[in-house]
Amino acid sequence: MSETLQAFLQATIRTATPLALAALGEMLVERSGVIDIGLEGIILCGAFGALAGASLAGVAAGYVFAMVSGVLTAMVFGWFAIRLRGDQIIVGTAVNLLALGITGTLYRDLYGTAGAALRIPTSAPVMVPLLSRIPVVGAALFAQPPITYVLYALVPATWWWLYRTSAGLALRAVGERPEGAVVVGIDPSAVRWRALLAGGVLGGLAGGTLVLAQSGTFAEGMSAGRGFIAIAIVVLGRWHPAGVALAALFFGAVSALQFVLQAMGWALPYQLFLALPYLVTLVALARVSGRTAAPAALGTT
Amino acid sequence: MRRAVRTVALAIAAPAAVLFLLMAVGGHDAGAALRALWEGSFGSWYAFTSATLVRAIPLILAGLGVAVAFRAGVWNIGAEGQLLAGAAAAAVVALGSEGTLGSAALPLALAAGIVGGALWAGIAALLRERYGVLEVISTIMLNFIALYLVGYLVRGPLQEGTHIYPQSAPLAAAAQLPRMGAGSRLHWGLVAAVAAAPALWWWMSRTAAGFRLRAVGANADAAAMAGGIDVPRVRRDAFLLSGAFAGLAGAIQLTGVTFALYEDLSPGYGFTAIAVALLARLEPLAVVPAGVLFAALESGSLAMQRDAGIPSVTVSIVEGALILFALATWSRRPFSAMPVGRRAAEPA
Repeated sequence: MSETLQAFLQATIRTATPLALAALGEMLVERSGVIDIGLEGIILCGAFGALAGASLAGVAAGYVFAMVSGVLTAMVFGWFAIRLRGDQIIVGTAVNLLALGITGTLYRDLYGTAGAALRIPTSAPVMVPLLSRIPVVGAALFAQPPITYVLYALVPATWWWLYRTSAGLALRAVGERPEGAVVVGIDPSAVRWRALLAGGVLGGLAGGTLVLAQSGTFAEGMSAGRGFIAIAIVVLGRWHPAGVALAALFFGAVSALQFVLQAMGWALPYQLFLALPYLVTLVALARVSGRTAAPAALGTT
Repeated sequence: MRRAVRTVALAIAAPAAVLFLLMAVGGHDAGAALRALWEGSFGSWYAFTSATLVRAIPLILAGLGVAVAFRAGVWNIGAEGQLLAGAAAAAVVALGSEGTLGSAALPLALAAGIVGGALWAGIAALLRERYGVLEVISTIMLNFIALYLVGYLVRGPLQEGTHIYPQSAPLAAAAQLPRMGAGSRLHWGLVAAVAAAPALWWWMSRTAAGFRLRAVGANADAAAMAGGIDVPRVRRDAFLLSGAFAGLAGAIQLTGVTFALYEDLSPGYGFTAIAVALLARLEPLAVVPAGVLFAALESGSLAMQRDAGIPSVTVSIVEGALILFALATWSRRPFSAMPVGRRAAEPA
């Protein structure tokens, strides 16, 4: 049983890590009043950047390339959605299509059809001394790739930045009342741009995690809807860093539930297991969605 | 008129330019690629009818669905899921009846598709109205659930007799849409798709219900206060209608093209339909040419992959670029004619 539990916890953290990274970034973007549906594309470009960087110069370069790719993708979104004030849903849809096409085409062009066999350096799990020896939860929480520890640090850091700095206050103000922010000398566009770039860094890291810490390779469209799930996680976490982290864990846990249920001998069809996280997320959204927690200016141009 | 000419010129020149650039960067023979693109889409009668028009049918129908939702300010991103739900419902009726329906099998299957798509959209509409769940998120979740649901059906209750392949048994001949002529895969679904566009146009521009829908999309607050319009109800109806169109697209794809239910029934028609509707600026009549254009691009891209070695996914870049071109060039304030229901007060 404890082995099953350990596998469950490990899978939970593994699924939650990229989702939480991407969702933290999207949370910042949404707190500034912008909804970036293009997150899916940012993650995908981050994943491709990670592949390119890692195959050139190792894991660290992979993460750098992932962040740069994520930021570049976010800039395309920003140009059309903030600079030209295009509708955010429409621009996001276009960015996702662009990302799918560009990464797919470049992948075939650069790595050929033998891409599946492409080996790139990956980041190995790092054991945290002492903590990783805690029974059951230790190995799951503290024998993870370094990026997971970065995430652990980012959650409180984001909270502190958002609620304890003037820049964080400005961000929240722009998301609630852009006209009011202008009165006190804040430029909403500049604030939104900064949030968007931060979202690009974090979304890119999420894509990098998929390649460098998990699969060790790239596949066309490998983001597989994680950007959309991350957007749901932001709502589920009520636009708060701790809430977002918990919501990501929750989604990860429901996804990992199949290990437990299978070990317990439940003979549910596999496809229903796969659908379960989405179903549970929908139900959870219905329970937490009220209009109060959402930034008032969300989605407005 | 000038805008129409410019639009058509843009819709042809922009993809060609983007593709040419990509080919040059990738070191491919751009001439051969564009030739393959043409050959595979408009180059021959067979390619035009069997590849382009066959693909245009679900794109037009689902595109009309997206257009009607977006016009009402309902952000239904779930056409793909609604399309699959429609196909699944049609398959249940067509296969479950085992020939007892006779010649009623086809119309009943199509009706089941319409109902299935509308019900699938109805879940998101209910979540929005009752619980305030943003439809952008719920419809995306429902896309995943629909895909896994079809995956379950074709491995469980609806699996073909030998239980080897993840697909349903083939439909009986009575439940299949007939072809329009010999020597082509084009089926009568085309008529439904092309007729639906003017019907929707007429409904939206000439009826009171259509007016209410446009009013809600243009300014929900004004529609409620000045017009006394029941905004939630109009939104829900638009959502259901949107799902019905996508569901019909799925049922027609099942009965006219695949003749069996399986997971890859739609190569993302529901997502491309969003691009189709946007390129058409949410005008029902413009959805038809926009649907044909995207169908031609996707058919041509397959020929490009086969004959010139260009990855077919390249066409996604063209689709994304088309949406952004449209957004950036059509007016000084991009999409100022778009629904503004979600916009806050215009900044001074």
